[in-house]
Amino acid sequence: MTHVVVDPVTRIEGHLRIEAEVDGGVVRDAWSSSTMFRGIEIILKGRDPRDAWAFTQRICGVCTTVHAIASIRAVENAIGAVPPPNARLLRNLVMASQMVQDHVIHFYHLHALDWVDIVSALSADPGATASLAQSISDWPKSSATYFAGVQNRVKAFVERGQLGPFANAYWGHPAYRLPAEANLMAVAHYLEALDWQREFIRIHAVLGGKNPHLQSFLVGGMATPVDPDSQAAINVGSIAAMRDMIANARDFVTRVYLPDLLAVASFYKDWASYGAGVGNYMAYGEYPEEDEPTAPLYLPRGIIRGRDISKVEVLDPAQITEFVTHSWYDYEGGDDASLHPFDGETRPNYTGPEPPYERLDTDGKYSWLKAPRYGGEPMEVGPLARMLVAYVSGHQRVQELVNGALAHLGVGPAALFSTLGRVAARGVETVVLAEKMDDWLSQLAENMGSGELAIHDNSKWDPSSWPAECSGAGFHEAPRGALGHWVHIKDGAIANYQCIVPSTWNAGPRDGVGKRGPYEEALIGTPVADPEQPIEILRTVHSFDPCMACGVHVVDPAGRELTRVRAV
Amino acid sequence: MTGSENWLIGELERRGVSRREFMGFCAVMTSALALPRAVGAQIAAAIETKKKPTLVWLEFQDCAGNTESFLRAGRPTVADIILDSISVDYHETIMAAAGHRAEQALAKTVEELKGQYIAVVEGSIPTGAGGAYCTIGGRSALDLAREVCGNAAATVAIGTCAAFGGIPAAAPNPTGALSVADAVPGLKHLINLPACPANGENLAALVVYYLTFNRWPALDRYHRPLFAYGKAIHDACERRAHYDAGQYVEQWGDPGHRAGYCLFKMGCKGPVTYQNCPNVGWNSHTNWPIGCGHPCIGCAEPDFWDKMTPFYAHLSGVPGFGLHSNVDRVGLWATAGVAAAFAAHGVVQLGKRWAQGDRPASRRSDEKKKSAQGDPS
Repeated sequence: MTHVVVDPVTRIEGHLRIEAEVDGGVVRDAWSSSTMFRGIEIILKGRDPRDAWAFTQRICGVCTTVHAIASIRAVENAIGAVPPPNARLLRNLVMASQMVQDHVIHFYHLHALDWVDIVSALSADPGATASLAQSISDWPKSSATYFAGVQNRVKAFVERGQLGPFANAYWGHPAYRLPAEANLMAVAHYLEALDWQREFIRIHAVLGGKNPHLQSFLVGGMATPVDPDSQAAINVGSIAAMRDMIANARDFVTRVYLPDLLAVASFYKDWASYGAGVGNYMAYGEYPEEDEPTAPLYLPRGIIRGRDISKVEVLDPAQITEFVTHSWYDYEGGDDASLHPFDGETRPNYTGPEPPYERLDTDGKYSWLKAPRYGGEPMEVGPLARMLVAYVSGHQRVQELVNGALAHLGVGPAALFSTLGRVAARGVETVVLAEKMDDWLSQLAENMGSGELAIHDNSKWDPSSWPAECSGAGFHEAPRGALGHWVHIKDGAIANYQCIVPSTWNAGPRDGVGKRGPYEEALIGTPVADPEQPIEILRTVHSFDPCMACGVHVVDPAGRELTRVRAV
Repeated sequence: MTGSENWLIGELERRGVSRREFMGFCAVMTSALALPRAVGAQIAAAIETKKKPTLVWLEFQDCAGNTESFLRAGRPTVADIILDSISVDYHETIMAAAGHRAEQALAKTVEELKGQYIAVVEGSIPTGAGGAYCTIGGRSALDLAREVCGNAAATVAIGTCAAFGGIPAAAPNPTGALSVADAVPGLKHLINLPACPANGENLAALVVYYLTFNRWPALDRYHRPLFAYGKAIHDACERRAHYDAGQYVEQWGDPGHRAGYCLFKMGCKGPVTYQNCPNVGWNSHTNWPIGCGHPCIGCAEPDFWDKMTPFYAHLSGVPGFGLHSNVDRVGLWATAGVAAAFAAHGVVQLGKRWAQGDRPASRRSDEKKKSAQGDPS
């Protein structure tokens, strides 16, 4: 039995530590720990609820729109503000472009190096690479000259002897299985995607002034005026620019990202049998198509239990609770209880080892993440959950693309419950949304053309129009999964604020009855050829796209400084 | 020029970037640095002859927003070269290695390039709970910062969290979060690049500055480079004429909002915020927050989460409001107003907590509070 520690887990957002027991070349048990805490919900107490979005937005600079969206929705729900149709469309565009950009960055810049060996690309034949690229896509940058150019750049980089961020990795590990030509093609697209993301996300500057941390959110609407005849608003020029950016995004994800994903996956089909995890999937659903609170959602809401894709269960937010049994907090009524976020009572209490430390006490408390549960069960959230719920709910485009991917790889739907399934679902979702964005942009243009220019519900802007006391919840599908914010407002100020975040659902520790969280469960059975170079652990953990800064949250009613407990 | 010094020219050619395009890039950098255009040629010469500097990037109590901002920096092709022109030996968000192999990479740089590398810090440094609020490889952020920044040629605190404590240090600062300057006092060269996040363009410009002039830029009292933080946003704002003419947005989406009127009454903190957003813009000069219709929130200023909030309350006590007025006077008066509002808010919050027997772990020093009220120029 070997005890493996991966800390820091790199190519993620935030600070994550994985400890695992490896025996006979296979992971037998695993623990997921988040090692950073800020206390943003404590900081929110007593502040203006209209400011909350800017605070919560800073939970994460990678998924830089998601906590702003969930926050304004929660406050709107509490005070009864109703954003006008243009605000809904602007938000749909902001959210979908975030999703598309984030998924591409995840695939190429955070996840690819688990599957792609850059060093192997040096020995590729550029001509054969061109043939490979042309056989999977009609993307124009696919000549032998082009790939030779990329290869020369990489060679020069290596020869200079300063490997920078590529130093000391697991190059040459037997788990890398792509032929040299596929590696070279992927390296070329790694570099192209770096340029692409920077160009595409200019759409966020049009819609939100800048990225990261867009600055156009408002409780009750959006701050981006729309007016076809103004120079200082979303006008006909902005519409044209966005249409162009969306078209380029659609082009890149359908002609580069998805073909690359399927090509890489075809060499790693055994990863369709690893990394399944808890087998329960939850999606809040997203992209309202109309303006009433119960509007139909483009990606539907629901629960799938026990890998049973014959039905989708109706989601009831009242069933959401959180455990702190293995988290560095305690509950007044005992640490085996679980509480709904509206009753969220949390008292941080660090009982871990004093840094510097070698091992966590995994029998006790071992993470700054809590353990959220739905009806007592752990739930996986994220692209796979969303695509499964959409697939089973009869979403036509999702079904076409999922069936297409499965047919391409020659596997059945059971393959979706895996590390590889998670990677594929993310790619399918990116295509679905890149294709859909144009519809929302067209609806916005139609509104503008017909003189419908409202962007904000001014009737609830002044706090004197709010009830003395009110509560609200805001739900959103972030790139990494189901996100919820709960707010309690009293006399115009925040009395309590709580977030339950995708990476808390996925990366959380064991609960009160010892059930593992999704990362932990997914790692069980993962092969590890060399415990000194546990690249296989990274593959499964990265397939969830960890975002740890998001995951850690707490409400401390007393706002007190946390006490240190020395480990014995 | 020796072969090893000539790597950039080769790199440019390999990337299909002509010398003409490169000169164009240098001209952009020149304008970001607010230098006369003729200096562009000197910058080009300097970049061509320098060796690749080593940089390590530490992330503590952060959101990775500055990392993402860095990835968006510059005009696509050529700014990418500037990214590659630095050997980034450690950066958790992008590096291939993980776990102890990543730690080895960091240790190697600190040991072999002692006193020669540049440390970039993103995120604040918590001092509560014995360092347990942020650990990497089992080591506390403070422990790592002392070693890595203490042995660096220079330290760049990127983003408002590293520069001033930022959001984790906002009242009541639950984790005892500190800026780099406060957590590791006495660093040789400390440069703060605040803003939430910092504009990646300004980090690129800082590197070019160093390569060009072989020294670090002139800084204001908060260690911010004057080339990027020397002017109030209000001074360079494209909506300034509306302020002077008394034309204000009164309601979100009203005709004035659609026409690009001044956002002062909606809470704009541009008069008391020093940064080059209006000049340099964001995301390849596509837009900036005021340009899209939302007020400035003052994110490059110390303690803005406490001093500039509520964000939608307009600055008070500004004389000559709506008339032609001296911007320095407006700035001064407005800052005093914000400070007074902050003091009231802070007193209420502190009073409540102290009544419960709780004292926040780390408050900003009095000196810092005082200096924050002044005019940084």
